[in-house]
Amino acid sequence: MITRAEVEHIAELARLELGDREIEGLQNDLSRILEYVEQLNELDTTDVPPTSHVTAQGDVLREDLPRPCLPVDKVLANAPRAEEGYFRVQPVLPKGER
Amino acid sequence: MTLHTLTVHEASRLLQQGEISSVELTDSILAEMDRCDPHVKAYLTPTPDLALTQARRADELRASGRAGPLTGIPAAIKDNISTEGVRTTCGSRILESYVPPYSASVFSRLADAGVVLLGKTNMDEFAMGSSTEYSAFFPTHNPWDLSRVPGGSSGGSAAAVAADQALFALGSDTGGSIRQPAGLCGVVGLKPTYGRVSRYGLIAFASSLDQIGPLTKDVTDCALVMNALAFHDPCDSTSAPKPTPDYTSGLGEDLAGLVAGVPREYFGEGLDPGVGELAREAIEQLSQLGVEIREISMPHEHYVVATYFLTSWAEASANLARYDGMKYGLSAPEAQTIQEAQSRSRGRGFGPEVTRRIMLGTYALSSGYYDAYYLKAQKVRTLIKDDFDRAFAEGVDVVLGPTSPVVAFKIGELVGDPLAMYMADLYTIPANLGGFPCISIPCGFHRGLPVGLQILGQPFAEATVWSVAYAYEQSTGFHLARPQIPG
Repeated sequence: MITRAEVEHIAELARLELGDREIEGLQNDLSRILEYVEQLNELDTTDVPPTSHVTAQGDVLREDLPRPCLPVDKVLANAPRAEEGYFRVQPVLPKGER
Repeated sequence: MTLHTLTVHEASRLLQQGEISSVELTDSILAEMDRCDPHVKAYLTPTPDLALTQARRADELRASGRAGPLTGIPAAIKDNISTEGVRTTCGSRILESYVPPYSASVFSRLADAGVVLLGKTNMDEFAMGSSTEYSAFFPTHNPWDLSRVPGGSSGGSAAAVAADQALFALGSDTGGSIRQPAGLCGVVGLKPTYGRVSRYGLIAFASSLDQIGPLTKDVTDCALVMNALAFHDPCDSTSAPKPTPDYTSGLGEDLAGLVAGVPREYFGEGLDPGVGELAREAIEQLSQLGVEIREISMPHEHYVVATYFLTSWAEASANLARYDGMKYGLSAPEAQTIQEAQSRSRGRGFGPEVTRRIMLGTYALSSGYYDAYYLKAQKVRTLIKDDFDRAFAEGVDVVLGPTSPVVAFKIGELVGDPLAMYMADLYTIPANLGGFPCISIPCGFHRGLPVGLQILGQPFAEATVWSVAYAYEQSTGFHLARPQIPG
């Protein structure tokens, strides 16, 4: 069983603010589903190479040259907060630590 | 004349002959949408004004002699495919008011070809689901029985085509999201070979599995639309640099000499006997048409769902990290720090299923667990793909089976039981894990509900898949049945 503390830790890593009932529900769901995927351990995969690309296509490179990009105003039109051609975001450090 | 019931190839011929105009065709479908969609709810964002403007432009293009086979054909687009200037929500609150500043390459291609946009279709949030009930806005109803789900996640696209509310639609398929709803709604749905269709502008779910593909009323339309969708796109590094043949030219080819493998594991536990019966009849029909049927074994079939879980959730948790409430989407303006703003935007913006999968994916990728989960799944994925490659090496051209183990279930029936819902993708997942092209076509009705036959081929052998699908379709006619929608 996944503990409540584990769920809270994963939620913090995933940047998800969860309510109390959500945490309980997830504790249940995660435990059940992780138990289900454990069945993969029935298979010995010691010498099996992992799949990285199904059609075995190699790296795709292009010349590193500037190309036209999207206009700033069009991109910022979706931003919750924008200022002087930039996204405006909350402070990274809380007050007092700055 | 009831123009909305036409197929793409029928409408294309009538447009070419000057018998109908795109405006007439579009008007007919818009009227059908007004009548049916309050019941079916296939569309999240209908675009009737835009459709009529584009239809007029298509008619002008035709008058000036610059029309192609898709010019003036009205279509629906799944709401995770970016459409410049038209709201694209991905079925999520977090993108409820997002208007893309650019279009997906496939949409630009269709628009350049003169395709008319009828609207954006409903879907499970971020394409995570098999019933369209996980849409943050409302569920879509199956046109064959409005109390049932259309399948998912491209449920809006499948329902729109089945209800004659679009001549064709685009969907996306990560674990079966085109083929399963196509099967449950009685239409044709193709997941192309990984790399055959550009994903540039598709809102990413699981990048090693996602493919865009068409949902159509018959196999000819499927090939015709793929002629426009398959091209090399430098904007998607997984897009295959392969030429596009005329896919319609191989339809009607003789099936003699083709070998179809039928995995015995596809007729085991979890399969509705009525569905299995119809799939067996379809396989017998193909045998009558000259296909050699061979029983084969997929020894790792039992592990496909678990492998798919770990692969898709891990990739999803990484892909969905971009929704931070800063650049676009739902935000938390009252938050005091950047971390609080991110956690709050995401906590409010994502529904329960997306939250569940991000949590599982984050867990599987977190420190100390990567080898045990994601890496293990990629190794088992190799074993699953090897099962298919072995069959192909032994002379099998296509693999046959039912698309879904069950017919359309009732709305609300499985929504509280995530594991049971996931089993709906049992037969469709291998094509994504191995990158194979795979089509679902109608193969009859069980308790009055459509059943799909799945035909999987070797990478980039879409033409072989279609030749089998076309011969079956033309010899049976199940694709001609239409639901009766009151309203």
